[in-house]
Amino acid sequence: MSVSPRKRVVLAIAVLLALVMVSLLVGRVALPSNTLFTLWRSDADPLAVLIITELRLPRTVLALLVGAALGLSGAVLQGLTRNPLAEPGLLGVSSGAALGAVIAIHTGLSLVWPLATPLLGLAGAFGAALLTLTLGRGEGVLVLILAGAAVSGVMFAGTALALNLAPNPYAAYEISMWLMGSLADRSWDHVLLVAPFLVAGLLVLGGTGRALDALSLGEQQATSLGINLRSLRLQVLLGTALAVGAATAVAGAIGFIGLLAPHWVRPWVGHEPRRVLWPATVAGAALLLAADIGTRLLPFAQELKLGVLTVLVGTPFFVSLLLRLRRSAP
Amino acid sequence: MSLLQAQDVCLSLSARPVLQAVSVSAQGGEFIAVIGPNGAGKSTLLTVLAGLLAPDSGTVHLDAKPLAAYAPRDLARQRAYLPQNPRCDWPLPVERVVALGLTPGLPAFGGFPPADQLRIDAALQACDLQSRRQQPATTLSGGELARTMLARALVGDPAVLIVDEPIAGLDPRHALEAMRRLARLARDEQRLVIAAVHDLTLAMRYATRLWALRDGRLLADGPPATTLTAELLRELFDVAACVSGEGGSAYVDYV
Repeated sequence: MSVSPRKRVVLAIAVLLALVMVSLLVGRVALPSNTLFTLWRSDADPLAVLIITELRLPRTVLALLVGAALGLSGAVLQGLTRNPLAEPGLLGVSSGAALGAVIAIHTGLSLVWPLATPLLGLAGAFGAALLTLTLGRGEGVLVLILAGAAVSGVMFAGTALALNLAPNPYAAYEISMWLMGSLADRSWDHVLLVAPFLVAGLLVLGGTGRALDALSLGEQQATSLGINLRSLRLQVLLGTALAVGAATAVAGAIGFIGLLAPHWVRPWVGHEPRRVLWPATVAGAALLLAADIGTRLLPFAQELKLGVLTVLVGTPFFVSLLLRLRRSAP
Repeated sequence: MSLLQAQDVCLSLSARPVLQAVSVSAQGGEFIAVIGPNGAGKSTLLTVLAGLLAPDSGTVHLDAKPLAAYAPRDLARQRAYLPQNPRCDWPLPVERVVALGLTPGLPAFGGFPPADQLRIDAALQACDLQSRRQQPATTLSGGELARTMLARALVGDPAVLIVDEPIAGLDPRHALEAMRRLARLARDEQRLVIAAVHDLTLAMRYATRLWALRDGRLLADGPPATTLTAELLRELFDVAACVSGEGGSAYVDYV
């Protein structure tokens, strides 16, 4: 807590770099650590180069971007709702993305063209966001959250229906596997497809800090300070649709990162919503990358799904945070 | 010196008329206490005067310019508004809560101009909060929180200060202090202070003018000494009351 801001930035970068290096080296084929430094030499092992550049690098990039999107949107939504339990799925966007992706698998489109899954996922995310916006018209934040809950419910029902009516057991298995979330077997095509949305979403969400700070005084005071709640709501919804929509479309449903990342950084940076945003982004990226490394390292016959691991590890971590909060809170 | 004028303001909320043809006018240097029973439309009038709620008909002008014509940030620089029981939802240090009052003058990104720190210090000092600087706002007592919010409102140096029930829930000493502070802001700094107040004795002692509201209509508008009579109180609250003394020793008692 007494670490200076500059040291914190250095520390965060060091942790991220270390995680990236580990992520590039571990997996089904463990590579010696000097592989990373001989990558561009002509005598480098071509198989190792291929594994790193075509398999692990896109996977690592996606883990960082998806984690960043979840961490930042979690922080923004907690700021918007002034509720520490808010998480990225709140606006119905992630369940919309999940439904889109599940339809791609259900119809068999994903077998013909692998990118159909993230593409329909994106479409689902935007459809859900549009629905939330229409249902949640008005000025208050509460209306938007309730609309998000309704849309979430509908999208979830649609997903369950697709699973229920799966044409064959194989499709049902594929759908339930996809829903658990994973970054395995993602290629540069996946990165190119979703990265623009993820980055745009991060930028849109990153601009909400000042308004979120004012909103900690309540809606009336924020409005009296010149904050336009209507455009703030729109900005948050758009940013979440872009970032979380794209994240879910490419990686499936990944719980707890968005809820956890802001809580994790608050002891260091304080509770001002604006100051939580970027640290939560970095924390989200680091947590998700670490979790993805974990899925590759844990010795199970089948690779552990990312979404399963984040919830498994996230829950006790979250409970310990709660206990600490209970001790320090008045 | 600023001039706030409302002309024939009518407003209905959920099909219920809350304000009916209210016309008032006030200028810098005045401390106006808005009195009236619960549900009389006091809070609504304050939000309309603050430009947070647009009236169905009628106009509100600040310095001869309609409130609706102000950009929200420009308006925010000139008037400060505090709702009933203002609070902070995150445990921010007092100093940071006060700093939020400078929001309309800040760029969307980047740090805090050093000159602003001086303004924050001055506002903290004006509200006796120097020793509370780093304390989380969620752990403050009622009186300290009220002072913090007042400092938050004052830090932007507003010409108009609109406060909804600033002394609700305060003990007698803090209530007295708060009224004195508001009166000083009007008298010494020539700001326009408009506050909804339920404590009639304090309203009578410190306000320079009263606006009496009932059922969305303005029943009386004038200096406390001549306006606040037993008759008005019966008309406003349906209670028998006696008003005695004058100036700083005036008091209102119910029979």
